[in-house]
Amino acid sequence: MAFDYEQYLRVDRLPHIWCPGCGHGIIFKALLRSIHGLEIDKNDVMLVSGIGCASRLPGYADFNTLHTTHGRALPFATGIKVMKPNLHVIVTSGDGDAVAIGGNHFIHTCRRNIDMTLIVFNNSIYGMTGGQVSPTTPYGSFASTAPWGNLSVHFDFMKLAQGAGATFVARATTYHVKLLEKVITKAIDHKGFSVVEVLEDCPTAYGRRNKMRGPVQMMKFWKDNCVMIDALEKLPLEAAKEKIPIGIFSQTTRQEFTDEQHQVAQRAMGEE
Amino acid sequence: MSGPKFKSGLRLMSGNEAVAEAALYAGCRFFAGYPITPSTEIAEVLSKRLPQVGGFFLQMEDEIASIAATLGASLAGAKSMTATSGPGFSLKQENIGYGCIAEIPCVVVNVQRGGPSTGIPTGPMQGDIMQARWGTHGDHPVIVLYPDGVEDAFWETIRAFNLAERYRTPVILLTDEVIGHMRERMFLPKPGTVSIYNRRKPRRIPEKYYPYQGGTQDVPTMAPYGEGYRFHVTGLFHDRTGFPTNEPAVIDAEMRRLLRKISRAYNDIVKWEELFMDDAEEVIVAFGCTARSARAAVKRLRARDRKVGLFRLKTVWPFPERALIKIAKRAHVKKMLVPEMNNGQVLFEVERVAGKYCDVEGLQRLDSEMITPRQIIRALREN
Repeated sequence: MAFDYEQYLRVDRLPHIWCPGCGHGIIFKALLRSIHGLEIDKNDVMLVSGIGCASRLPGYADFNTLHTTHGRALPFATGIKVMKPNLHVIVTSGDGDAVAIGGNHFIHTCRRNIDMTLIVFNNSIYGMTGGQVSPTTPYGSFASTAPWGNLSVHFDFMKLAQGAGATFVARATTYHVKLLEKVITKAIDHKGFSVVEVLEDCPTAYGRRNKMRGPVQMMKFWKDNCVMIDALEKLPLEAAKEKIPIGIFSQTTRQEFTDEQHQVAQRAMGEE
Repeated sequence: MSGPKFKSGLRLMSGNEAVAEAALYAGCRFFAGYPITPSTEIAEVLSKRLPQVGGFFLQMEDEIASIAATLGASLAGAKSMTATSGPGFSLKQENIGYGCIAEIPCVVVNVQRGGPSTGIPTGPMQGDIMQARWGTHGDHPVIVLYPDGVEDAFWETIRAFNLAERYRTPVILLTDEVIGHMRERMFLPKPGTVSIYNRRKPRRIPEKYYPYQGGTQDVPTMAPYGEGYRFHVTGLFHDRTGFPTNEPAVIDAEMRRLLRKISRAYNDIVKWEELFMDDAEEVIVAFGCTARSARAAVKRLRARDRKVGLFRLKTVWPFPERALIKIAKRAHVKKMLVPEMNNGQVLFEVERVAGKYCDVEGLQRLDSEMITPRQIIRALREN
C-alpha cells in the first residue's frame, strides 16, 4: 500500500516552491517515512530551519515548525530543546545555511552534543538566490559567482562533523533512497547530535552550469560515483580515491547537553 | 518562587547584578550570552543563579547564537534574556528584528560602552540610543527602557520582562557602563510582592488557534511549542495563520497592526521621572547616568533659586513626545537642555517634539567621561 504522506503535510500550503527536478522532495518524503516509522506523535516533532530552499520545508509539514534567519536554525533549536527536552528537534538546512553563514553554530552544536538531528540538503550551490558558489561546491565547478571555476576546495561535511564532536555522522544521496530513510531514522533515534548530509540535485542552479542539465543525469552521477563506506575499504586505493563514500561514518555515545543542563538545575535547586 | 533562593532585604549590588537578580524575580528561566565588557557580570551571576531556580544558562559560541537561543527558548514557553554591549548589540540586530516580526517576547540588555566598533570597552558612552530604535532593518516597533542607577535597573528589568510578555515583543534595556559596574545600596523585595505579567496563552482549541491574530489590543495570544498547537513561525511577512504571504493588503494590515500594538500602548509603556518641574523655566532632559549629574545640578541651582527642573526618560522608545510637548507648551518653560554622552541623539528628538515651543540646547561629551553637574550648570548659565 502506498505511504500516506498527506497525514504529515499541510496540504493547503502546497504546491511547494521547489523547481522541477529538485532533490528536496525526495529527502522530505524520506524524513516523513522515518518519523512515521519511529511512531513519533506529530505534536512531539519540532522542525526548525534557516533560510534557503531547504528551509522552506517546515512550512509544508504538519508539525511544530519554525523558519528562522539565515544560518541560525541550530541556536534557535538549541533554545527550544533545552526548554522542551521531550521534543524531537530536527533541523533542515542547505549547505550554505549550515556551513557558510551557519558554520560557527554547526561546529559548536556538534561540540555540545545536544540531542537534535541536522539534515543538510547539500546541492553544492546557493539555489534560492540563483546559483552562487557555496562552501560545498566542488573545486573547479562553475557557479554564477564562479564563472572561471570555483577556486576553493569544498568542505567535507563528514570530517567537519566528526572533528567537531557530533556523535552520529552519516551521508546518503537522493538516489540511495532506502539508505536515506535508514540513516535519517537512525539519526533521529540517536541520543546526541546527529548530522545527516544528503547529496542531492539542483539541476536549475548547479546542473545547468556543470554539464548536468537534467535531474536524471545528476542522480546517475550519485549512482555511479557513491560507494558504501564499508565497501570502499575493499576497493583498490586508486579506485577508492575517485569514489564518494556514503553510509554511517560514525556513531558514538557521550554525555548529552540537555540532560546535563537539567541535571545541573536539579543539583543546584537541591543545594541550600 | 520563594525560599532561600531569593534573599530579600538590604543589599549592596552593582547594576549588572541587579539586572541579573531582577530577571529571576520577573520569572526569567533562560539566558544565553557571550562574554563582553561591560556586561559580562550579568552572564556570570546568572550562570550560577539560574540553575538554583530551575532555569538554564547557556554560554553560546557568539552573540548571534545568544539572541537566537533566547528567542528559541521563548517560543518554547520560557521567559528569556540575553545581555551584551555595543559590538554584540550590533551583531544581534538581525534577530532582534526577527523577534519583532515573529512577535517573540524576550529582554535584550545592552550595557553601553564607547563606540563605534571596539571603541572603549571599559568606559561609558550613550551612543546606542538610535541603534536601539533603528538597529534592525525595516519598520518595526520598539520598546527601550533606560534606568539611572542600581535600584532603578532592578525595577526597569522587571518592567522590561512584563512589557515583553504583555506585548509579545523584544524589549531592550539600555544601561551605562557606570551603572553596570557601580555599587549602590538597594532593597530586594520579597518575591511574592513583585507584580509579574505572564504572556496570554490561547484559550481556543489548536484547530482554531491563529498565532498572529491580533485580538484585544492587537497582541496575539501565544502558545508555546510542544503543547499541541502545531503552528508555524517565520520571519517572512505572514498572515494570521503564521504562514508566508505576498498579498499586499495582508502585509499592510499585519505591518500596521505590529506597529499599532506598541504605539497604542503609549500610556502603559512610556514612563518618566519629574523633579522640580511644576514651575521650571529651564528643563534638563536627561537619562541614565547623565540624569544623576542633572539631578545634582538641579538641586544646586534650586538652592540658588534658579527655576530649573529635571525630566528623566525612563522609557526612551517610544519617545515620550506627548509628555514633552505638554511641558514645552507651558508658558513658563523657556528652554530645554539635553546633556548626553553622544553626539546629540536624544537632542534631535527633543528638537523634533519641543523645538516649536521653546529653545532646545544640547550638551555633549564624546570622551567616555561623565558629564558633571558643574558642566550642566555652566551650560545653563552660558545659554
